[in-house]
Amino acid sequence: MNKLILTFGLALVANFASAQSNSNASNLLFFSVAAVCAVLVIWAMFGLASNLMKIEALKNGIDPESSNIGLFPTLSDFISPKRPKYAKNGSFHHFTKGHDINLAGKPTPKLESLHATRYAIKPTDFHGMSPIPKVEPEVGQDVKAGDVLFYDKKRPEVKYCAPVSGEIVEVKRGEKRSISEVIILADKEVSFKKVQVPDLNAERSTLVQFMAENGLWPLINERPFDVVPELDSVPVNIFISTFDTAPLAPDNNLVVHGKEDEFQKGLDVLTKLTSGKVHLGLDGRGTAPSLAFSEADGVEKHWFSGPHPAGNVGVHIHHVSPIKGQDKVWTLTVQNVITIGKMFLTGEFHAERVIALTGAELSDPKYVQTYQGASVADLLKGNVVGENNRIISGDVLSGQQINEDGFISFNADQVTVVKEGNDYELFGWLLPLAPRPSVSGTIPSYGTDTEFEANTNTHGEKRAFVVSGQYEDLLPMDIYPQHLMKAIITGNIERMEGLGITELTEEDVALCEFACTSKNPLQSMLRDGLNNLKEQL
Amino acid sequence: MGLLEFIKKIEPDKKKSPLLHTAYDAFFTFAYAPNSVTKSGTHIKDGMDLKRLMVTVVIAMQVCYLFGTYNIGHQHFVAAGEYLGFIEGFHLKLAHGLIKLLPIFVVTHVVGLGIEFYFAAKKGHAVEEGFLVSGALIPLIMPPDIPLWILAFSVAFAVIIGKEAFGGTGMNIWNIALLSRVFVFFAYPLTIAGDQVWISGFEKIADGAAVNYGWWHTGFFNSIFETLGLTTFDTTSTVINGYSGATPLALAYEGGWEKVTATFSESQMLWGAIPGSIGETSKVLIALGALILIITRVASWRIMAGMIVGLIGTTWILNALGSTPFMTVTWTQHLMMGSFLFAMAFMATDPVTASTTNTGKWIYGILIGFIGLIIRVMNPAYPEGWMLAILFLNTFAPTIDYFVIESNIKKRLSRA
Repeated sequence: MNKLILTFGLALVANFASAQSNSNASNLLFFSVAAVCAVLVIWAMFGLASNLMKIEALKNGIDPESSNIGLFPTLSDFISPKRPKYAKNGSFHHFTKGHDINLAGKPTPKLESLHATRYAIKPTDFHGMSPIPKVEPEVGQDVKAGDVLFYDKKRPEVKYCAPVSGEIVEVKRGEKRSISEVIILADKEVSFKKVQVPDLNAERSTLVQFMAENGLWPLINERPFDVVPELDSVPVNIFISTFDTAPLAPDNNLVVHGKEDEFQKGLDVLTKLTSGKVHLGLDGRGTAPSLAFSEADGVEKHWFSGPHPAGNVGVHIHHVSPIKGQDKVWTLTVQNVITIGKMFLTGEFHAERVIALTGAELSDPKYVQTYQGASVADLLKGNVVGENNRIISGDVLSGQQINEDGFISFNADQVTVVKEGNDYELFGWLLPLAPRPSVSGTIPSYGTDTEFEANTNTHGEKRAFVVSGQYEDLLPMDIYPQHLMKAIITGNIERMEGLGITELTEEDVALCEFACTSKNPLQSMLRDGLNNLKEQL
Repeated sequence: MGLLEFIKKIEPDKKKSPLLHTAYDAFFTFAYAPNSVTKSGTHIKDGMDLKRLMVTVVIAMQVCYLFGTYNIGHQHFVAAGEYLGFIEGFHLKLAHGLIKLLPIFVVTHVVGLGIEFYFAAKKGHAVEEGFLVSGALIPLIMPPDIPLWILAFSVAFAVIIGKEAFGGTGMNIWNIALLSRVFVFFAYPLTIAGDQVWISGFEKIADGAAVNYGWWHTGFFNSIFETLGLTTFDTTSTVINGYSGATPLALAYEGGWEKVTATFSESQMLWGAIPGSIGETSKVLIALGALILIITRVASWRIMAGMIVGLIGTTWILNALGSTPFMTVTWTQHLMMGSFLFAMAFMATDPVTASTTNTGKWIYGILIGFIGLIIRVMNPAYPEGWMLAILFLNTFAPTIDYFVIESNIKKRLSRA
C-alpha cells in the first residue's frame, strides 16, 4: 500500500517536473496519474484518521464497532427514521436540528424511597412573585401537607401550600428582607389536610377557585412569560411533554409507573380548564412510552423524535400550534399533573416527587421517591465523590446552582452534580486533552455513545457574536435566535415580538448557549427580553 | 504548577500599566485556558471557543503558506531563466521566498497586534482573537515585493478604520484583510497592479534588468550555502529576454484561453507555479484548506457553493454572448485562474462580514460569484474582481439578512 503510494508519488513528481519545462507532454496521462494519486493519498489519509479515532475511542473505553467513529456520516445517518410501530395515533414529527449531550452519571433505573428531614418552598422559583410574600403560619407552628405556606399580596387568591407536614423552622431571608426559603422540619409520617373536592362538571370558576386555594394553581406554568396564570386567564391549549431530552434527565415512564390513574385524572381536570385541547408530546425516539401516555384519554397525542431539544414543550407547541398574538398556553410537567390528579381523586395534596440523582460525581446515581422541595443535603448524603463540586437543581443546561444546605426547586425532577472546572489548562483551547462535550467539528467525539464527564469551566471568554448559523442548527424551530438576541440587546420591542420571543423560554435556547462559541449568556438575555416585553404590555 | 505560579506573580497591575496588563493577559490566555467557571445560564459549556475557531482557519492556510513561500523563489528564478524545473534550486528558492515572506509576516503582525493591544488596553477589555485570521491572511494576498511601509500603512488602516472604529472583533462590516489590500490598491496602485509586481527580486521586469539582492541573500544565505557546498545566489543574473511578468488573467484578457495556455500549462495553473499574490496561486492546496474548513464546520459551505453557482451561471451567460476573447473562457478555466478559490475559501466565508441567515448565505455567495466574474471579464483596468465583489457584498450582507428576517417576521405576524 505504502509502496504503491510512493511509486505514484514519484511518478507524479516526475511528471510535474517535466510538465513545467515543456507543455507538449501528454496531459491526459499526467492528469490521470495525478487524479489516481490524489485519490489514493486522500483515501489513505482518511483511513489513517479513522484508525486514529478508533485508537482514541478504545483508550476512552468506547467500543469502536457500536457507533460511527469515522470522519464521514454513514448511510444510516442519512435515512430519516420512520415512524415507530408503537406510535399509532397522533402526528409524528422528526427533527434533525439539535444535539444530544451524552454525560456520564446516568441514573440506574431503581427507585428508592428517601424522606428528607427538611423541605422548603422557595418564592424565588416563581417569575413575577413579589419579593416579600405574606407567610401565613408563624415560625414554630405545625402545618399539614396542603396547608397554606405563603401567598403573593398582589394575588392573595393563589395559595402556595406545604408539600409535607411538620413544623415551620425558619423563614430564610435574602437581600433587602426578601424571602428566599420557607423551611419545614418534616414529620416522619406525613399527614395530609383533607378537603372536599368539587365535581368535574362544575363551573370552570369553581374548579379554578378550588385549585387556587389548595396549592394546585402554582403547578401550572403559563407561557409566554413562564408565570403562574391569572385566575381568569383561559389558555388556548395546554401542552404536556412526557419525555425529557435534557442531559441525564429522568425517564418519565419510571416516574408515572403506578400512578397512571392519577395522571389520567389530572388530564381530565386540565381538559376542563382550556378553551382548546390538552396535547401530549410523546417519545418517538425508539422505546415505547408508558401506556399512561400513549393510551391517555381525551387528549391529542403528538409523537416527536430527534436530538435534544426534541423533548422541550416549547418545541412541541411550535410545531403543533404556535403561540400567536396575545394567546396564552399552559404547560405542566408530568409530576405536577399527577399531583393535580391525586388531589381530585383523594382530596389530599400529595406533592410526592420522583427525583433523579445524576452526575458523574455521584457514586450511586439513582431515582428517589421524596417530596417537593427536599433538602439537597439529605438527598445526596453519602453519595457524592470528591470535594470541588457544583450541585444543580435541574439539568446542567437550565438548572439552578444550589448550596449544600439548599433545597431543590419547585418544578425540579433531577439533581445533577458535576465537578467545578476552576483550574487552568495549558493550551486547553488548542489541544483538548481531556474529552469534553462539544457540537463542534474540531473537537473529536468518538461516536454517539461516548459519555463525557463535563465540568463547569467556561472554556473561553465572552466575546461579541462572531459565528452565525450556530444557534439555528440547534433549535428545531422557525426562529432566528441570533437576530432575536440582537433585537433584545437593542431593546427593539416590535422586532422581538416579530422574531418570536413569545415562543421561547430559557430551556429552548439553553443548548444554543451551551454551544455558543462566543460564550454569550443567551438564557439571561432572553429573560431580560421577556421581562422588557412584559413591562410594555 | 511552579511555572503557573511564577507567571501569575509577574502579572502587571491593571490600573497602573494597562497596556502591559493587556499584553500579559493576551499571552497568558494564549498559553493557559482561563479558569473561569459558569455563573448563570448553562452550567457546562462547549469546548469550542473563538481562539480554537480562528486557529483552525490559520491551520487550514498553512499549506498555502508553505507553497506560496517556495513559489516566490520559483517565479524569481524562472524570470531569470535559471532553475526552470520546479524542484531545481530548491534551497535557493526556499531561501529567497523566506527572505521575502518573513518581513511581510512580521510587519503585518507587529502593526496589527500592536494596534489591537493598544485599543484593548484603552477600552479595558481583553485582546480579542479576530486578528489571528486577518494577520494570517494579509501576507497571502500581497504581492511579494510590496514595500514594507506601504504594508504597515495598509494594515493600520484596515485595523483602525475597518475594525476598531466599529467596535472591535465581531462588529466590523468589511473583511479586514481585503480592506488592507484595497487600501494598497487605491492608494499605491502601481505596487499591486500590472505585470511588474508579481515577480520579486528584480529592479524591474524588463529584458536584461538586474537582480536586486540584499545582505540576506549575498551575506547570510550565500555563506551558509557555500559552506554546505550548494549553489549560491548569482548577483549577475538578469531577466531573460521576452519575459513578461503577466499572470494568467492578464493574458486571458488580451487573448482568451489560447493566449494563457501558450505561456502556462494547465497543470502549472492548477498546482500554482505561476506568478501572483503569495498565497492565491495553488488551487489544489486552497481546495484542501477549504475542505478542512467544511469538514470541521468552521466555514459555511453555503457561501462557497453559492459562489461556485454564481460563477458557473455568469460564465454561461458570458460564453453565450462571447464578444471579447475573455468572455469565451469556460467556467473550469476560470476556476484555474486568479484568486477565485482563495476568495471563496477564506475571504467570503468570514462569518462576521457575511450574511448570517442560511438563505442569505446562498444569495450572498451567488451575488459575489456574479459580480466578481463580471468585474474580472468586463473590466478593462484590472483583471480581477473578487476583492471588490466581496467588499461590495459585505456592505449589502445586512440588507440581504434584513429581507430574510422580514419575511420570517411577516410569516409569524400573519399567523396571528
